[in-house]
Amino acid sequence: MSKLKLATVWLDGCSGCHMSFLDMDERLLELAEVVDVVYSPIVDTKEFPDGVDIALVEGAVASVDDEKKIKKIRDHSKMLVAMGDCAITGNVPSMRNPIGPEAILDRAYIQNASAQAQIPCVVVPKLLRVVRPIHEFVKVDVFLPGCPPSADTFHTALTALVNGGPLDIPALTRFGA
Amino acid sequence: MSQTITIDPVTRLEGHGKITIQLNGRGEVENAHFHVTQVRGFERFSEGRPFYEMPSLMARICGICPVSHLIASAKACEAIMSVRIPHTAAQLRRLLNLAQMVQSHALSFFYLASPDLLLGMESDPKLRNILGVAAAKPELGRAGVALRRIGQSIIELLGDKRVHPGWVVPGGVTEPLSQEKRDKILAMLPEAYSSVGMALGAYKQIAGTFQPEIEVFANFPSNYMSLISEEEAIEFTDGALRLIDANGNIIEDGITASRYTEVIGEAVENYSYTKFAYYKPLGYPDGSYRVGPLARLNIVKRMGTPRAEKELAEFKQLVAGPVSSSFHYHHARLVEMLYGIEKIEEILADSRILDKHVRATAGVNRLEGAGQAEAPRGVLHHHYKVDENGKITWANLVIATGQNNNAMNRGVLQAARSYIKDGKFSEGILNRVEAVVRTFDPCLSCSTHAAGQMPLEISLLSADGEVMDRVARD
Repeated sequence: MSKLKLATVWLDGCSGCHMSFLDMDERLLELAEVVDVVYSPIVDTKEFPDGVDIALVEGAVASVDDEKKIKKIRDHSKMLVAMGDCAITGNVPSMRNPIGPEAILDRAYIQNASAQAQIPCVVVPKLLRVVRPIHEFVKVDVFLPGCPPSADTFHTALTALVNGGPLDIPALTRFGA
Repeated sequence: MSQTITIDPVTRLEGHGKITIQLNGRGEVENAHFHVTQVRGFERFSEGRPFYEMPSLMARICGICPVSHLIASAKACEAIMSVRIPHTAAQLRRLLNLAQMVQSHALSFFYLASPDLLLGMESDPKLRNILGVAAAKPELGRAGVALRRIGQSIIELLGDKRVHPGWVVPGGVTEPLSQEKRDKILAMLPEAYSSVGMALGAYKQIAGTFQPEIEVFANFPSNYMSLISEEEAIEFTDGALRLIDANGNIIEDGITASRYTEVIGEAVENYSYTKFAYYKPLGYPDGSYRVGPLARLNIVKRMGTPRAEKELAEFKQLVAGPVSSSFHYHHARLVEMLYGIEKIEEILADSRILDKHVRATAGVNRLEGAGQAEAPRGVLHHHYKVDENGKITWANLVIATGQNNNAMNRGVLQAARSYIKDGKFSEGILNRVEAVVRTFDPCLSCSTHAAGQMPLEISLLSADGEVMDRVARD
């Protein structure tokens, strides 16, 4: 049997979900015997590949780049998992929504700069007006809440998803866990 | 015809980044940039929130070094409360920060950098990752996993969670350490020592083969900044700022948290959401400096623990004067990991660590406060203002990665110029350019969730007299 293809992606989040994923420690090495990590911040693939079986997505959709990425991930993945509270609700990244991107950028790069005050605009992506959770852009198959979900949660959930077994998420984790 | 090479995304990095390299018609590298492509704006949306909420909110800037944000933030809050926290609380936080140093350095060295170092810069990109290392060098791969696990487990034992523990609060910590947990931590240390010893041994064996990389991986003279203790020893949690120049001369010393605005300014480049910190009296970009493990080991006179002391002496023998190639960040990180384990053991050996007085309480006694702490990747500053009710009215953060931004960009350009000739490059060449950035262990989510310099101070002119600022507080 060929290995399942696993991808992990970080949109607008803090990387805490990825750290918790790595917190599986030695269990991650065991998991690598049954899945191939084909795309992730920790591997050197530059293009999101075709035919991904499970895509774990951390973070909310905050920029035009994020929006392009989440659509591509959906098109290329059989199962999409919203990993952590930011992906599911917008959480902390969406705290900027009542303020708007102009005021955020103005504070950081105009008011709080002591030299060459300007709004970055070359190569860097434009911010969306509001930060939104990923299910507002694409269909999500599994929601795995937590800030972040614990390593045990990841291990139990991934084992179930890989083997096609039952998965009782409320028994594993909750928002803010 | 001119051409732009784009590396997108830069992988094995903590955050969202791209590299662009501009070639001219002759295929020579004209310029190169490292772009950070994420921005969030914590300092703006924290306005209006109660100050005591800040540590747990600010920790969400970064899932890799939340502990440093917790500590710098709590210290800023304590300046507002005008309290001195109990000795045991300070030591418990020190433990937490040391544990984070171990886990984050293990992440940087093993999970992100070691595929380049142990498998080769030009090795198969499909296998060039931690899982590839664990397959090819099982002992070393497992040592790396163990070191990260041990650091994270200590954080979990102290704070109940590995990522985003809620234990650090303004005034101290919420719970004292139990004897049972102390003993559990102590029981982990033998494995930590053997793992870091193995890593140091393996690194020193191969470091010599990377001489060509050492020459061009951000290898240039610069200033350096870090915290340092009164005894001139390494210090991650308290102490004051010292700045040295390229020759090792002290140019600023004893800068406490409330004075950071006297020395640090921040510039903006149009190609990155991360700002470029600089030493104000020298201006931008001449006042650029480096922070993090390399800066710390260049600045301190001693480690204060026996094994790390020997390693520091060896590190300082690498070159005469401050060690200037960023490739040596890797080495410095391993020395700091060893120090972290030794210091954890030393702190736990003092029975006062089990004292039950771990939290001071107070309300708002000042309307402004600042705190600083060393994050794994460099010194971190939090600065808040509040109203009489303790509601945040203004917040500002200066993050490690912004302080290395100029050096990272110069380093990318230096490596690109060295490796790309006649417009020719391979995947392995581009991986080397990425590997320059990896030496700094930048945390890009950190660096763009924050930013800023005190707006009240901005009335600066550039060297040619041009007005650089359009600042107006709202």
